[in-house]
Amino acid sequence: MEAKTNFAPNNKEGIVTLVNGPVIKASNMRNFAMREVVKVGPKKLMGEIIRMDGDDATIQVYEDTDGLKIFETVTGTGEALSIEVGPGLIGSFFDGIGRPLDSLLESEGMYISPGTSVNMLNRDKAWEVTPVAKPGDLATGGTVIATVQETPLLLHRIMAPPEMEGEITWVAPGGFHKGSEIVAKIKDAFGREITIPMIQRWPVRTPRPYRERLLPTEPLVTGQRVIDGLFPIAKGGTACIPGGFGTGKTVTQHQLAKWGDAQVVIYIGCGERGNEMTDVLEQFPVLEDPRSGRPLMERTILIANTSNMPVAAREASIYTGITIAEYFRDMGYDVAIMADSTSRWAEALRELSGRLEEIPAEEGFPAYLPSRLAEFYERAGRVVTLNGENGSVSVIGAVSPPGGDFTEPVTRHTKRFIRCFWGLDKNLANARHYPAISWIDSYSEYAEEVNGWFCSNVDSRWGSTREKVRQILAEDNKVQQVIKLVGEDVLPDDQRLIAFTAFLIKNGYLQQNSFGSDSYSPPSKGFMILDVIIDFYEKALNLVRKGIPISLIKEDESVDAITHMRELAADDTEGFALVRKRINAHLERVAAERTRKLGGE
Amino acid sequence: MANTEYIGVKDIVDPFVLVENVNGVGYGELVHVRDSKGKLRFGQVKMLSEKATLVQVFTGTEDLVPSTTKIRFLGRPLEVKLSKNMLGRTFNGLGEPRDGCGETYGGKRVNINGLPLNPMARQYPKDFISTGISAIDTLTTLIRGQKLPIFSGNGLPHNQLAIQIATQAKIMGSDDFAVVFAGIGIKHDDAAFFTQELSRKGHSNNIVTFLNLADDPVIERIATPRMALSTAEYLAYELGLHVLVIITDMTSYCEALREIGVAAGEVPSRKGYPAYLYSDLASLYERAGVVRGVSGSVTQIPILTMPNDDITHPIPDLTGFITEGQIVLSRELDSKNIYPPIDILTSLSRLMKDGIGKGYTREDHPSVSSQLFASYSKVQDVRSLASVVGEDELSKNDKMSLEFGRLFEEKFLKQGKEEEREIGYSLDMAWEILSTLPRSELTRVSLDDIREHIKTSGN
Repeated sequence: MEAKTNFAPNNKEGIVTLVNGPVIKASNMRNFAMREVVKVGPKKLMGEIIRMDGDDATIQVYEDTDGLKIFETVTGTGEALSIEVGPGLIGSFFDGIGRPLDSLLESEGMYISPGTSVNMLNRDKAWEVTPVAKPGDLATGGTVIATVQETPLLLHRIMAPPEMEGEITWVAPGGFHKGSEIVAKIKDAFGREITIPMIQRWPVRTPRPYRERLLPTEPLVTGQRVIDGLFPIAKGGTACIPGGFGTGKTVTQHQLAKWGDAQVVIYIGCGERGNEMTDVLEQFPVLEDPRSGRPLMERTILIANTSNMPVAAREASIYTGITIAEYFRDMGYDVAIMADSTSRWAEALRELSGRLEEIPAEEGFPAYLPSRLAEFYERAGRVVTLNGENGSVSVIGAVSPPGGDFTEPVTRHTKRFIRCFWGLDKNLANARHYPAISWIDSYSEYAEEVNGWFCSNVDSRWGSTREKVRQILAEDNKVQQVIKLVGEDVLPDDQRLIAFTAFLIKNGYLQQNSFGSDSYSPPSKGFMILDVIIDFYEKALNLVRKGIPISLIKEDESVDAITHMRELAADDTEGFALVRKRINAHLERVAAERTRKLGGE
Repeated sequence: MANTEYIGVKDIVDPFVLVENVNGVGYGELVHVRDSKGKLRFGQVKMLSEKATLVQVFTGTEDLVPSTTKIRFLGRPLEVKLSKNMLGRTFNGLGEPRDGCGETYGGKRVNINGLPLNPMARQYPKDFISTGISAIDTLTTLIRGQKLPIFSGNGLPHNQLAIQIATQAKIMGSDDFAVVFAGIGIKHDDAAFFTQELSRKGHSNNIVTFLNLADDPVIERIATPRMALSTAEYLAYELGLHVLVIITDMTSYCEALREIGVAAGEVPSRKGYPAYLYSDLASLYERAGVVRGVSGSVTQIPILTMPNDDITHPIPDLTGFITEGQIVLSRELDSKNIYPPIDILTSLSRLMKDGIGKGYTREDHPSVSSQLFASYSKVQDVRSLASVVGEDELSKNDKMSLEFGRLFEEKFLKQGKEEEREIGYSLDMAWEILSTLPRSELTRVSLDDIREHIKTSGN
């Protein structure tokens, strides 16, 4: 029927020839571009061309294809998969392809039905614009034209898009302007007029350009003792959190999103639970940023493609997130992005690859899995922006290895492209030791690079204390193996002291509640705890060497109190001093008694 | 055009038939397949191309003759007819009555696949459901709107436990509750046990049952849980009931999925299961929750038997990644005659953190439960040490730890099949057992709590 009549060469209208779940094929597609976004069928389902084969194209559809028929039409949009960037991003909640979930809720009700099209950003909302540039100025990519105080926490800088240059001929006057308006006009070298709109578009699979890459030097302070203290991540760094189910990946990601000292936080729920996103959505507007006292939602953007939403959009959600991150980085901000979970994204790749009948590599994953992972993690980094400022994107990806086995392809390849590895341990999680980050398997390549910052901002002994703690934990690891075989009582006292000090570190320092006052622990508090423990260890070691039995040293209420120091407030220096004083008094008493006894004999 | 009847199919590869030269058919559409004797079976469109249409036949392709098979495309997806009259009735895996009481009349038809819930429409589940079972209430708290599976093994009392949860859960306290039971590939005896126990406890008018028994067609198993969940959503979001959905056995469901995937010639993933097993399971499990502004809720307790008791097998593994925790049953505890044999260390309730504590259960609940986990985890270490060096060689603290482990299992975990314990009672018992440990081991509870709940004379 219509299928046979539409053959005009310039008519960009394809015809569906095959439907296999989210992957479809269409013919008459030779005038479409590779990676072009298309609308499929009468519902105008959104899809993306992923393969061209002569006149035929393979399309991955971002929405449910139920009801789609052969010979239905495919139309083009002339654009690669793109999102909108501009004021209104902060505090919003998008799906994997950038549709705002609140507008969808209003227009569609509680369920998300296929084929719904809404603008990503509200064009009618008016923002108070303050011009920064003036007519006659030279504008290049990244030049700040105007600013909008988007939330009390964030000044949104409206920039000239990358890859443009010219003289500003007009700037919108200060005052309220709608999202749909133009903020400036530019005349380029050929005399053409270019308009700069408040809301701009950017293709998600293309990294936004910057001037130069910098090495990371400053830590992303997370308020989690095990991370800040042992395995720190730098601003602009990459980290991954692998762990089997129930080991606390999501809780850890939530903790980082809450307390990480980035100016903008982007949380991607990629193929995970709907309730987890609801949790963030309900908590973040009430939780306060520990540094500014403002609600956390004023710096947060949420992206959700929950596990029951279409799988192709899951693949896109990661790119949507990182593109928004780069946009804020270009304004000169430190941005942190949490992707939970990158395994679901990899599985989406696998599922689509399977439908394309590609030859699989390991465990059914496509052979291009490592290069896709590399492309994603390499979009992180600390940079000099086009406008000459410093900005950064830190990426923290959760990995969900099947069966908790870290040798599977996603974990293994991810490890090649990240520099900070927080391995979650099933046994710790079973004992409800949270965060269950293993102090044996984990590592951070940033520890040296950010040590200077901690030394000058917290305490000059930061690095040496960290070293001592790591040494004790490593020795404890060996001691524990012996204990498992013969029991603790037969060990020499210096080894028992190692085991006991490690016990104090694990329970008094590494363990941290995700709720209550201990949820955010500034580096200074962690350092005070460690300082007390190490001080105790060194003094106790002296006593042990003098032959004082360890049981006398550790059995005292003042020592029991060490594991409860984390209940103290961060600024309660007196409280910490008191704990230390009591321990010292106890140790001196033990030593004195020993001397007296020896003297008496 | 949608109702044209096609006679003859090209290929038959159980459970699929390939139909050529078909027009105007939609992906996922429902299909009527008639064999030469005129007997009707259902099918669904699985793949569409210009030349041919692949139809998956529920109830299988046995007896179909390529030249005489008649195919009619119905122009609508697989649907379930929903009405209030479903309460108290039993249906087969495709939603047809199986209790001999005739069709339910009235009601509306909906696509059994449902639609994804907008995460913004959800309300974070926080309402504590008291089950009267100490191990669950205290350590893996069930929350209204949660999906909390039971990971079990063949021969373990998972059915008994599910019944105890269903009948004791305070979700059943009022009139606005319902149970939707979906049996997938289960034995006749198991199905009878469920219906009898529930009606014995006076709930027969509040149950909707969907049964696909072990000897029913495998392919129907794909539809059964979706029928049940569509019904549950209707009862919850439209009639405002609090619905508890029990689905058993998810392992049979996954096996069916694998069987069909292999028949369709798909590239298999781990252990031969299809690569989309995660997404497919998610499309079921995610259909639980609480919706803002709606009075009902859907709470899911899927039961699965772990093949060879292996928790890393793809079925429990992927389930654990989607559900909000898991209750794991242990063969070791079961052999010690402890009911319910819940292995608390590997069990978990993810929604627990927000539904317990001050204003929900009791202020000390979070720290006490954390302490129980920590101390019981130590018990395991001490036990393995004791098996090497002998119990007599253990230190004083380790011996105390063993005694704690014994009390914990014999007093705290173990309870009667119809015994209901208040949460306050369970927590007090927890403190009593914890008080047998040396004070220095109690690192998860605050010093204030220790002072309040443990009498100094007792230690």
